[in-house]
Amino acid sequence: MTTFTYAPAPESRAIVDIAPSHGLFIDGEFRPAADEAVFKTVSPASEEVLSEVAQAGAEDVDAAVRAARKAFPGWSGLPGAERAKYLFRIARLIQERSRELAVLESLDNGKPIRESRDVDLPLVAAHFFYYAGWADKLPYAGFGPGPRPLGVAGQVIPWNFPLLMLAWKVAPALATGNTVVLKPAETTPLTALLFARICQQAGLPRGVVNILTGDGSSGAALVAHPGVDKVAFTGSTEVGKAIARTVAGSDKRLTLELGGKAANIVFEDAALDQAVEGIVQGIFFNQGHVCCAGSRLLVQESVADEVLAALKARMSTLRVGDPLDKNTDVGAINSAEQLARIRELADAGAAEGAERWSPECELPSQGYWFAPTVFTGVTQAHRIAREEIFGPVLSVLTFRTPQEAVEKANNTPYGLSAGIWTEKGSRILWMANRLRAGVIWSNTFNKFDPTSPFGGYQESGYGREGGRHGLGAYLDV
Amino acid sequence: MSESQPGLKLPVLKTYKLFVGGAFPRSESGRVYEVTDAKGQWLANAPLASRKDARDAVVAARKAFPRWSGATAYNRGQVLYRIAEMVQGRREQFRAEVALGEGLSKSKAATAVDAAIDRLVWYAGWSDKVAQIAGGANPVAGPFFNLSTPEPTGVVAVLAPQDSSLLGLVSVLAPVLTTGSVAVVVASERAPLPALSFAEALATSDVPGGVVNVLSGRTAELGRPLAAHQDVNAIDLTGADAELATELEVLAAENLKRVRRPDPSEDFAADPGTGRLLGFLETKTVWHPTGV
Repeated sequence: MTTFTYAPAPESRAIVDIAPSHGLFIDGEFRPAADEAVFKTVSPASEEVLSEVAQAGAEDVDAAVRAARKAFPGWSGLPGAERAKYLFRIARLIQERSRELAVLESLDNGKPIRESRDVDLPLVAAHFFYYAGWADKLPYAGFGPGPRPLGVAGQVIPWNFPLLMLAWKVAPALATGNTVVLKPAETTPLTALLFARICQQAGLPRGVVNILTGDGSSGAALVAHPGVDKVAFTGSTEVGKAIARTVAGSDKRLTLELGGKAANIVFEDAALDQAVEGIVQGIFFNQGHVCCAGSRLLVQESVADEVLAALKARMSTLRVGDPLDKNTDVGAINSAEQLARIRELADAGAAEGAERWSPECELPSQGYWFAPTVFTGVTQAHRIAREEIFGPVLSVLTFRTPQEAVEKANNTPYGLSAGIWTEKGSRILWMANRLRAGVIWSNTFNKFDPTSPFGGYQESGYGREGGRHGLGAYLDV
Repeated sequence: MSESQPGLKLPVLKTYKLFVGGAFPRSESGRVYEVTDAKGQWLANAPLASRKDARDAVVAARKAFPRWSGATAYNRGQVLYRIAEMVQGRREQFRAEVALGEGLSKSKAATAVDAAIDRLVWYAGWSDKVAQIAGGANPVAGPFFNLSTPEPTGVVAVLAPQDSSLLGLVSVLAPVLTTGSVAVVVASERAPLPALSFAEALATSDVPGGVVNVLSGRTAELGRPLAAHQDVNAIDLTGADAELATELEVLAAENLKRVRRPDPSEDFAADPGTGRLLGFLETKTVWHPTGV
């Protein structure tokens, strides 16, 4: 096979003007943390310090919650049609500034510009458009004639899709009349702060959206704050459990979007070339930093060799490197800490006897990198088959019968997503009925849309985001 | 339940038993506790179920889940309606048990029993409609066919309300069954007899064994192992007081059970709405590409 070489095609970062320091966004204004604490955010691709951001402490959390509380009567009292107009404005401003936002997202997160530009930003705008349209139609949403907002929503989001997770949380909260205090992840605060500027441009009333940057302690303080009526969290199952304990016995509503260990199931009659693309899309999209990543490949034994050969050939064409290069497929691992975690689990896979393979690829000397990796000969007992790796690491298991595929797929405390590849429609429906997961992709993988509920069973958390279902989390129903 | 009177035949008293896996065992612990009426008069000995009974009930429920969740919604509706038929046939028995247990007048107890029957009929009609209000086709911006459907969450531990021994019990149990989940129910601690007799109605209502399991005993003693159980998917804390509910909610976080918190102002005589119906459902979204 001829492989074409690619000339570098870097996206310019000149479109983004990153200030050397950023404050917290409270009550419509940026201000330093009360104790003036700061931390640095770096580009994971180069380890370059991008900016200094404020570390929110308990006093700042309190100020933000009070600002949101003060803004609540006005915001929730607005006619839905007026709230909708603010959300439409925000959606439009996101579209206008999407290139700037995409570059900043790739710089701060390490994800390829191809994905931030073509996947993240269009979805972010679409979420605001979708929920804007709900704001004046809530009596028709199926929650009774007069559904009321809950009050102040405390929202804590992860670093894998910084802006998209912000949109998933902020858009339905605002549409339903709640006010928001959002804490972005420690390693990816910059696009949320740019979103705060967009709120200013949109003329959003003060205090309706507040952004607190900081680490886990800031998030914990927000979740525990007595002035918060609703907690929404996306992140690890471990932290999700701690949050569930924190809010126990209170009146706080809670939704959790947690980890996953999705099975991607390939039957012998699948269109194998498409399935291989789907496997790659399932595990190497966003460096595998995806809670619904297809990290367990279950392939029918009769085609396992064929699929693996094709998969390895396809993996050899993946381009790993500069996230701002438009030809890059796999970018940087988000942080040194995450890289260490991926390495530890991958080493455990090798130590437990699975066979490890990566294509030849030259990794940059600076930054945090991990080559796309596949493990074969994996059993259900292996750590790499049980624990969420949250990196570009695929574990391959085999099966003989559909029943065995169901049993292996469901053999996990998680239940977020699954993939099915077969040309037989009745088998898709049979499998989809039996898989205990909130999202099932048949003959496709990692597709998202604001109209579609997303969320997990079991230890992948509770509640759904997106669609009409996503409104319920922010209404008194 | 009634005293012998001169000249009348001695009534046959009933030994109340648990309902686990479709059978009526005594507590494995061999324990009972005295159930009294509102004035403190002895009514019967009820089984004082143990942690082991609770765990056995979860095993029975898990075993029953595939069949019940896999039954057609039409079939589940028929079975729910059949329960209403059985309760109607035992209306006088339930009226007497509710009146004694809750200290109600005959007419108020009759009202509660009739409301319980109506509640069962109401939920019977929901079984094949809930998917149409809770699911749907999503108009995605791309060449995909995409449907969201509600699915039962699994094994639900239900701490039945303490003060509404039959209407309250039916109000918390029926929505769990309607949507295809299976239940381990802890009856009202003070007034468990209607729940234990209700189990007899269930046993003759085409409800497959294990779909409902009824335990009587101490709500706190049984609530803890159920809240901490790794194979329980959801817990309804309606029958727990505030302090116990908080403790159980913390335990439930261990495997991220779905939790329904108690609401002391909940009025079981009022229109129940869809809250309980939707509370024990998961939403599954299935995608498929479209094209030729």
